[in-house]
Amino acid sequence: MRTPFPPGTFTPRPGAGAPGSMFVAQAATELRLALRNGEQVLLTLVIPVLLLVGLTVLDVVPLPEPRVAAVTPSVLALAVMSTAFTSQAIALGFDRRYGVIRRLAATALPRWLLVAGRLAAVLATVAVQVVVLAALAAVLGWRPAAAGLGWALLLVLLGCAAFGALGLLLGGTLRADVVLAVANAVWFVLLLAGGIVVPLDRLPGPVAATAALLPSGALAEGLRTVLTTGSGPGAGPVLVLLAWTAAGTALAVRTVRLR
Amino acid sequence: MRVLWIDAAAEHGGDPQVELLLDFPTVSPLPRRPDPGSAGPPVVSVRGLVKRYGSVTAVDGLDLALAPASVLALLGPNGAGKSTTVDVCTGFATADAGEVRVLGTDPAGAPEALRARIGVMPQGGGAYPGVRAGEMLRLVATCAANPLDPAWLIDVLGLGGCARTAYKRLSGGQQQRLALGCAIVGRPELVFLDEPTAGLDPQGRRLVWELVDALRRDGVAVLLTTHLMEEAEALADHVVIVDHGRVVAEGSPAALTTGGDQELRFRARPGMDVAGLATALPAGYRAAETLAGRYVVQGRIDPAVLSSITGWCAAQGALADDVQVARRSLEDVFLELTGRELRP
Repeated sequence: MRTPFPPGTFTPRPGAGAPGSMFVAQAATELRLALRNGEQVLLTLVIPVLLLVGLTVLDVVPLPEPRVAAVTPSVLALAVMSTAFTSQAIALGFDRRYGVIRRLAATALPRWLLVAGRLAAVLATVAVQVVVLAALAAVLGWRPAAAGLGWALLLVLLGCAAFGALGLLLGGTLRADVVLAVANAVWFVLLLAGGIVVPLDRLPGPVAATAALLPSGALAEGLRTVLTTGSGPGAGPVLVLLAWTAAGTALAVRTVRLR
Repeated sequence: MRVLWIDAAAEHGGDPQVELLLDFPTVSPLPRRPDPGSAGPPVVSVRGLVKRYGSVTAVDGLDLALAPASVLALLGPNGAGKSTTVDVCTGFATADAGEVRVLGTDPAGAPEALRARIGVMPQGGGAYPGVRAGEMLRLVATCAANPLDPAWLIDVLGLGGCARTAYKRLSGGQQQRLALGCAIVGRPELVFLDEPTAGLDPQGRRLVWELVDALRRDGVAVLLTTHLMEEAEALADHVVIVDHGRVVAEGSPAALTTGGDQELRFRARPGMDVAGLATALPAGYRAAETLAGRYVVQGRIDPAVLSSITGWCAAQGALADDVQVARRSLEDVFLELTGRELRP
């Protein structure tokens, strides 16, 4: 009988791949998928770009001049939330439905690399967003306080951690279509009332107090402070982001399911 | 072997997809290995496995042993506990009781070290919804030290034309073949295939059968689950029939299907008086019309009995056509053991 499998084709030669190669391969695959998916690009790049230009040029939300100085930190916070939380939760929900987490766990890929690869893809997407948005803002006349750039980087990383943990928690526990609905609804509410588009001091009192304790309000307010004044963000936003990271991670570790 | 497939086709009322199986060559040109025990210690050994999900006992004291470089088929109806057993063996579920050893280790203890040595095809496969077939296979290949060439594998799996198609746009059969590729690309020494041919067309099924045969030939042990009798019969050295989480029978396909009566099947005009046929035969013979115009006589079939049957038909003015003498098929054994009622 003719066979496509000559003798010796499958002679066992088992073993795990090199950790470095596995990490790069998985992170690169996830990044390619994120940049190839139209809905994710809409969420992570198109909407932030439109908001950056729109809120700078149009006087729909009362903001201090120069408007771009207030808008850019908001849009950077939105970019972090869109990628680390909304987009990641939706992707994870559907990845679980399609069985990829279990598929990868069935290979020699260790669990920590599985998480690290996902994290790296999120960080790489955020890096692309920051570069695109900062360049566009500079064209619109944005001149951030140089002394605040290091703080801004720290806040972006803390924001990725807090939103990332919450995204894993949401995407790793509920059904994919429920994740899709919840992640989008949360994104929309936090965008408008969570201290992102409308700064905390322009929100009604109780809403502002609540928003300051949310990761969205802490990140956006922290970024506005460091990028406009160049001074540190103060303990408040940092502690809020750390607390959400700790709570989200602790819950995610206990509840996330492979499928 | 061919007779058994003809039986299967008849059971399915001549379903065209099943009829195609009639033209299959015998897949295994190699002599079958004897039952486990003679070829070294088992690569998978399960003793007294119990697994409960809430109040449901999915596996209830199951034993099995897979010999090196052999194929074991876990055969059973839906919900029999086949996939749960595979999940425990691959470290995706932990046993509530019993002892499980896979390649000498406890799969619950160090699943990552074990998974570097085994290949797993989970039920329904698995991939990123948007990933291209070729990308996915390359990613899984990267997780192994000495993988097969993914480009070659994509080609022999018949996925060359859709290597750049997103996983969610592949047909069920294409997804299934990609999952199979992911299970073997790392050159494992032991492969778990959970329902490897579910949803495949006859060509796809034939490919899987050839592949499983080549794996065994090259020294890979294979544990597969199936609810297809002809698959277990054609592929496995050792069949373990499970139902309600327990082993109800096991042995080589030949051992399971010998014993009991022979039977003779034939076609003739529908509606003949089978009670009359039975009385025309020596005591202890049973006759039945299984489908319109298809008759079966059970008992020891010798030339005299054959002559009585054709003679009786002639007396009814009917020609006994398509006459076949067969052992009972694995399907008969299976239905005798697990009953005929439908499972949820």
